Formats: sequence, C-alpha cells, structure tokens
Amino acid sequence: MKDQGSYRPLSYFQLMEISLRELLVEKGIVTDAQVNAEVEDMRRRGPERGARVVAKAWTDPEYRKRLLLNGTAACEELGLDIPALKLVVVENTPDVHNAIVCTLCSCYPRMLLGIPPDWYKSRNYRSRMVREPREVLKEFGLMIGEEIQIRVHDSTAEMRYLVLPMRPPGTEGWSEERLAGLVTRDSMIGVALPDSPGKTA
Amino acid sequence: MSGRGPHDMGGLPAGKVERTEHDYADWERRVDALAVLLWGIKGAKKLMTVDELRKNIEALPPDAYEKLSYYERWVKSLTDTLIQRGVISAEELERKMVEVEKRG
Amino acid sequence: MRAHPAGHVRTPFYIRGCVGEVERLCGAFPNPEQLAERRDGLPAVPLYRVRFRQKEVWPDYRGSDSDLLEVEIFQHWLEKP
Repeated sequence: MKDQGSYRPLSYFQLMEISLRELLVEKGIVTDAQVNAEVEDMRRRGPERGARVVAKAWTDPEYRKRLLLNGTAACEELGLDIPALKLVVVENTPDVHNAIVCTLCSCYPRMLLGIPPDWYKSRNYRSRMVREPREVLKEFGLMIGEEIQIRVHDSTAEMRYLVLPMRPPGTEGWSEERLAGLVTRDSMIGVALPDSPGKTA
Repeated sequence: MSGRGPHDMGGLPAGKVERTEHDYADWERRVDALAVLLWGIKGAKKLMTVDELRKNIEALPPDAYEKLSYYERWVKSLTDTLIQRGVISAEELERKMVEVEKRG
Repeated sequence: MRAHPAGHVRTPFYIRGCVGEVERLCGAFPNPEQLAERRDGLPAVPLYRVRFRQKEVWPDYRGSDSDLLEVEIFQHWLEKP
C-alpha cells in the first residue's frame, strides 16, 4: 500500500509512524492486517449508530427513559458493539440545551459518531466552550435564547456524552430509519439542531 | 503557574472556532489504529493505557504541544510510551527511521 | 482544593476551588493518575458528575444565570464545602 508521502519527502512524524509500525509488526505485537482492519473500521464509521439511537429514543418513550438512565446499556440493547464505551446521554428540552466538549483532550463517543472533527479538538473550541458557550454556538450558527438553560458537559474522565436532540416538528408517523436521516453529528454534539423535514429529499 | 499543562486549556482566551474538517491522511489513521490496538480494546494484546498516552502528550513542552498537529502529538507520545515500557528502544527506532528514510 | 500535583490529572484547572453539587455517581474506576504511571490504579475511585453554575465558575460570565457546567471529578479531588 503506497503511503501518500511517497511522492514527496516523508515528514519526520510520518517516518516515525512507519518505523514504529514496522517495528511492532516485526516484534509480533500487531499485524498489518489488524492495523488495516482498524483503519477501515474507523474510516467507514460515521454518525449512523448515534443517529439510530436518537431515532429510537424519539419513537419509543420507554427506550428514551432507559437511554437517559444508562446510555451504555441502552446502546447494547440495539446490538451496538461498544464494549469500552461508558455513555451518558443528555436530553435537549424546550428549556435546556446541551453541548459537549473535552477541554483536556478530545474524548468523544467514537463508536457512535466516528472520529471527531478537527474543530472539536481545536484549542479555540476546547478553551471557549466551557466559558462562553453561547458565543461559540453563535459561531456555529446556533442562537439559543436567554430563557433556555445551556448545560455544557466537559468529558473530563471516563464517560462519553451524546446529546439527545429534540425531535423536529412535522415528523409525525415517520419511521425510525427516516428519522435517523435527520440526525446530524453536530446535533449529537450539541452545536447544531437536527435537520428539519423540509431539508431532506 | 506550575502544574497547569499545555493541554489544560478550559477557560483560556482563544479565537473564533474554525470549523475545519480535514480528511485524515492514511498515516494519521494508522496512528489512531495503532493506539487503539495497543490499548487492547479491539482484541490485540493490551500493551499500554490511554492514560499513558495522555500523560506523554501533556508532558510535551508547551511550544511542541502548539506546533505539532494532533496525530503528530499522538505518534510522539506512542513512541515515548512504548520506550518507557521497554517494548522498543530509542536506538532501534532511530535505526529504523534512518532505514525507512533511505528506502524512500 | 489541593495544589495541582505534577503528572497526569483529569481535573481541569479552571474548576478548582469551585463549589457545585453532585449530579450522579458514575461508578468507580482505576485512578487515571496512577494508570498514567503504569500502576494499576486500584482500589477504584468513585467518579462523580458535578454540576456548577457558570456564573459561579466565571466571574465575568455573560450568559444566562441558569447556565450550568457539568464535569466529571474523582472523589479524591472533592471536599465538602
């Protein structure tokens, strides 16, 4: 497999990655097959699993209660393979808007949403989201009224967080699958609302 | 202010959030994959903890923390961790890097 | 709160000295400060989600008075006020 650095000099850290990996393979610690499989798994992983969980909570009130009480167990109910994930699900309501950040590094529910976007890991997001969430959300195009309480969750330790957005109006009778199509990654982080029915085909 | 690592940035002044999303390069994805495998949560043998990865990232001098990209910090920390654990030696890594660079 | 020890901690600097209320007990986990040093981190330490009022964390907070900040904190970082 040609590394994309083949057409220009490899950077120091690209060299380090190749060298480290080759050493570990030589020592029998990992295999190339394992590395490739994991790369492919994360490459294919978008927010679909998270969206499934949200859509189910929207259509099944008892599931929603279980999800809010124990996020991990509720995901496992859906057969989601998330062994290491300790999940807390926080619910948006007409009075409360939730948003997630990891100020110390980049903790994120990867098994449900995939690899986090650059901005989530950026200095500016991590520094400011805990201190001036309303201003940061405005930069994302999301205006939250003063009468709505904002709760910012800093994933400082073991738990990972998913925002359960409010179900968009005009979706009565929709199937879970159709609803899942409205649930965006950013709405599950809390920097956006889900898509509304008019937007999708 | 001793003890506040370069990573501990909650509440510090900062600029506008740039909503960039670059498509991760293959080598970056492989760094991510290596870390996950070495943590032992995907069936490979557990050789380190995420806590050591974080600790070694946090121990980077502040200018290195700022200058290096996310996965550059990760790969540096991974090698530091594995050297600390005696899984690889700094010498053999250096030899391998020279060899790989010569190969092109 | 205690002075910030050297080494890996998962309690952010900005929340030290603040007073909040426990939102839930998350469980008990091996101490990450020790795991970072290749020790086993046992006995497991209770981890709590603690809820703070933003206006009490930041003197110049400009949002709504009701806004909250929720942070996971290990028991050994908590003191009764």
